[in-house]
Amino acid sequence: MRQEAPLRAGEELPPLEIPVTRTLIVAGALASRDYQDVHHDPELARQKGSPDIFMNILTTNGLVGRYVTDHFGPTAVLRRVAIRLGAPNHPGDTMVLTGTVEQVDGDTATVRVAGSNALGHHVTGTVTVTVPPAAPSGGAG
Amino acid sequence: MGEDELGARLKAYEGRAATVAGVGKDPVNLPMIRHWCEAMGDTNPAYTGPDAVAPPTMLQAWIMGGLSGHGGHSQAYDELSALLDEAGCTSIVATDCEQEYLRPLRPGDEITFDSVIESVSDRKTTKLGTGYFVTTRTNVRVGPDLVGTHRFRVLKYAPAPRPRKPPPRPRPVVNRDNAGFWAGVAEHRLLIQRCTGCGTLRFPWLPGCNHCGCPDWDTVEASGEGTVFSYVVMHHPPFPAFDPPYAVALVELTEGVRMISNVVGLPCDKVRTGLPVRLEFRSYDDELTLPVFRALEEAV
Ligand SMILES: [Zn+2]
Repeated sequence: MRQEAPLRAGEELPPLEIPVTRTLIVAGALASRDYQDVHHDPELARQKGSPDIFMNILTTNGLVGRYVTDHFGPTAVLRRVAIRLGAPNHPGDTMVLTGTVEQVDGDTATVRVAGSNALGHHVTGTVTVTVPPAAPSGGAG
Repeated sequence: MGEDELGARLKAYEGRAATVAGVGKDPVNLPMIRHWCEAMGDTNPAYTGPDAVAPPTMLQAWIMGGLSGHGGHSQAYDELSALLDEAGCTSIVATDCEQEYLRPLRPGDEITFDSVIESVSDRKTTKLGTGYFVTTRTNVRVGPDLVGTHRFRVLKYAPAPRPRKPPPRPRPVVNRDNAGFWAGVAEHRLLIQRCTGCGTLRFPWLPGCNHCGCPDWDTVEASGEGTVFSYVVMHHPPFPAFDPPYAVALVELTEGVRMISNVVGLPCDKVRTGLPVRLEFRSYDDELTLPVFRALEEAV
């Protein structure tokens, strides 16, 4: 987790590697109540023009949110998440999430996030997050 | 339907309600939050314990229809979907999601929502297929309070046919009686059986001579010259490994025997009886080489 440094435009978040397993794709789809067959049934996914099942957008959204709050800590509050999907995440892929603080306005930062796999960008987007200043720590009350 | 007459009909749905008075199937609850966090690998302590809030990115999960489907879709949305389905755009993939979170959701919050069809794109061709992007915007409420907004774009599309690798050509059945022939093919030699009793050539390979009944034989290597004795052009039924139409010819070799093979190097409608052909060996895959006959250029 990030230390108590002030928010700074240009700050880069450490990359996060997400192994895209079949289990992650199916667990993410079910946890998001998404029963579209392309997220759990390889045969039906193939009939619809995809080589295998692929990650649903809600899981991608959840992972992007996690990536940002993992970095800024449990007091960080997500205000806005806007993502666009590109190359699909298939079982066996590894998605690497990267992020850069693009803009800072008081205690609120806009982070540009991208998640790439071997095919290119799976996801690009921006996350707006409020990070309250750290409470003065310790202190001899 | 004409050159994007469908698109015009779809555009008429812009601005119409997609969901009216939708109700979340479950109130915001800890078990669903925990399942989400497990799936996402999210260990943020804000999502556990007595003061837990829901991960904001779960917003859409609270309004999903799940296996039992949505109840709250408007007639307009159903019509739009039906129009797309009828046009073959039966597949759907989400492309964009934009969410704003106005306040955290907490266990016990009862969700209601309504949504509007914000826009329908022109017809687009993508890697997946051709279709239309449909954007909806959903307001999510708890009681009277707007707690989040959710803009969602999907591509409803007709799947592009996937270029499928054709299955391999059928393998020859190699047995004791014809193994010598296939051994010859492996060396790019076309071997004709010859009866050692009476000298009669025979093809295809057989255990004995039709002329004198003698079981003994040796072989003669065909020169490779021949003519089309007869042929058919196969149109139907199609076999997966073949690409009709194609010519199947009965080729008479200069040695006098006839064999069935393909004529290559010539459109199948140009194959004629009497066409001079010459043997060649064609490799169809790593394990299959077959003798075929090429139309001689001077004759074409
Ligand atoms: Zn004989």
